[in-house]
Amino acid sequence: MVTTTHATATATATAPAAAATMADGDLSEDDRVGLARFLELIESDSRVEPTDWMPAAYRKTLVRQISQHGHSEIIGMQPEGNWITRAPSLKRKAILMAKVQDEAGHGLYLYSAAQTLGTDRDTMFEQLITGAAKYSSIFNYLTPTWADMGSIGWLVDGAAICNQVPLCRASYGPYARAMVRICKEESFHQRQGFEILLSLMNGTDAQAKMAQESVNRWYAPALMMFGPPDDESPNSKQSMEWNIKRFSNDELRQRFVDMLVPQAEILGITLPDPDLSFDEETGHWRFGELDWSEFYDVLKGNGQANSVRVAKRRAAHENGAWVREAARAYADKQAAAAATAAEAATLAQNEMVAA
Amino acid sequence: MPSPGDSGAREQWPLWEVFVRSSRGLSHVHAGSLHAPDETMAVRNARDLYTRRNEGVSVWVVRASDITASDPDAKGAFFESPQGKDFRHAIYYTKSEGVAHL
Repeated sequence: MVTTTHATATATATAPAAAATMADGDLSEDDRVGLARFLELIESDSRVEPTDWMPAAYRKTLVRQISQHGHSEIIGMQPEGNWITRAPSLKRKAILMAKVQDEAGHGLYLYSAAQTLGTDRDTMFEQLITGAAKYSSIFNYLTPTWADMGSIGWLVDGAAICNQVPLCRASYGPYARAMVRICKEESFHQRQGFEILLSLMNGTDAQAKMAQESVNRWYAPALMMFGPPDDESPNSKQSMEWNIKRFSNDELRQRFVDMLVPQAEILGITLPDPDLSFDEETGHWRFGELDWSEFYDVLKGNGQANSVRVAKRRAAHENGAWVREAARAYADKQAAAAATAAEAATLAQNEMVAA
Repeated sequence: MPSPGDSGAREQWPLWEVFVRSSRGLSHVHAGSLHAPDETMAVRNARDLYTRRNEGVSVWVVRASDITASDPDAKGAFFESPQGKDFRHAIYYTKSEGVAHL
C-alpha cells in the first residue's frame, strides 16, 4: 500500500538510491537531520512513511522482509492450489478458491508496500523466479492428503497470524497498514482449517487417522516458521530496536504453542511432541527441541518441493508474459486513439470558430 | 510529483492508487495501490483486490504518476501556519463556559 501524502518526485527518484549507497558513518548535514528525525519517530513509537529519511540498513531490512513475506504469499498459493480440483465438496472447493485468491491479494498488498521503498514489483518477481529472494520454507513441504488443507489453515496460517498481528504495529507505515488488512482476512483461513480437521476427526477412523498423520507432519515445521532460536537470530535484535519486530522468535513460538494445546484437545488430536508438558511455575507449555538441521536444510534448497515451487512460479510468470504485453499494447493503442480523436475535435472546433 | 512507489516507465504496467467508498454518504478513502495496464483494468483489479468482502460500493483509481503531493522536506514551513493560532478552535473561547447551547 502506498501513502499518497508527503510525496515528491525527487524523493521517489533519488532518496532510495542515495540511502542505499551511503554508509551511515559519513553523513551529510541533511542526513544528520534526517537521522535525528528518524530516531525521534522510532523513540516515540510513531510511524515512518515512504518519503521520510531512513537509514539504508532499515530500508534494506524492510525490503528484504516485506518482499520475502510477499513471495511467501505468492508461493503459498501452490500447496493449496494443488487441492482445488480435488476438494471433497463444492463448498470446500469454493472456500479453498477464496483462500487462494486472498493469498494472491496478500502478495500484492505486500509488493505494493515494498515498492514504496524503491524496489519495483517487476524486480521482485524477477528475484523470486531466479532464486535471488527467499520465501518461507514452510511452502517447500508437499500436501499429499486433503487433511493437509486443514493443517495448513490451522497450523501454518495460525503461526502466520501469531507472527503477523504484532506486525500491524510495525514502524513502517505501509507495511503496518498492509498487515492490518491481511490479518483481518487471515482469521477465516485459520478457522476453516480447524473445521476441516474437526470434520475429519469426527469422521471415519481412516479420516481421523489422516488428520492425525497430517498434523504429525506439519506441527514441527509450523513451529519453525517463527525462525531460529533467539540466540541464533542475529538480525532480530536490530529489527526489534527499529520497532519492526515487537516480539522475539522464541516469544512468539511460545505464544503459539500455548494457544495450540487447548485447540488440539478440542480437535482430539495429539500434538507430536512427547516432551510437551505444562509448567505450573511459568504458566506456559514447555515443548521439546526442534530439529533445526531440517530447517536449515530446507532453507538451503533441499526441501520436498523447493525446485517445483520456483519452477511453477517461473512457468506462470513466463507463460503470462504475452498477456501482460498485449494488455499494455492495447492500453497504449487506446490512449493513442483517444489522443488523435481529441486532436481532431480541437481542430474541427478551431475551423468552426475561424469560419 | 508521483506517489511513492511509482516506478515510471521501468515497469511493464503503471502503478495506480485505489480509493474505496465503503458506503453511501462516506468519502472515498485510500485503500492501497495496484498495477494495471489501463484505467478499465485498474478498476476491475481494484474490485478484485480491495472489495472481496463488501468493503465498498464504489472505487476510484488514479494513476500514481498523476498525483501531486506536498514536499516532505518543506514539512515545517508548509504546515506550521496553524501553530499559535489556537483561536481557530472552539476550546480557545472559555468565557462562554456554562452558557447553554454554546
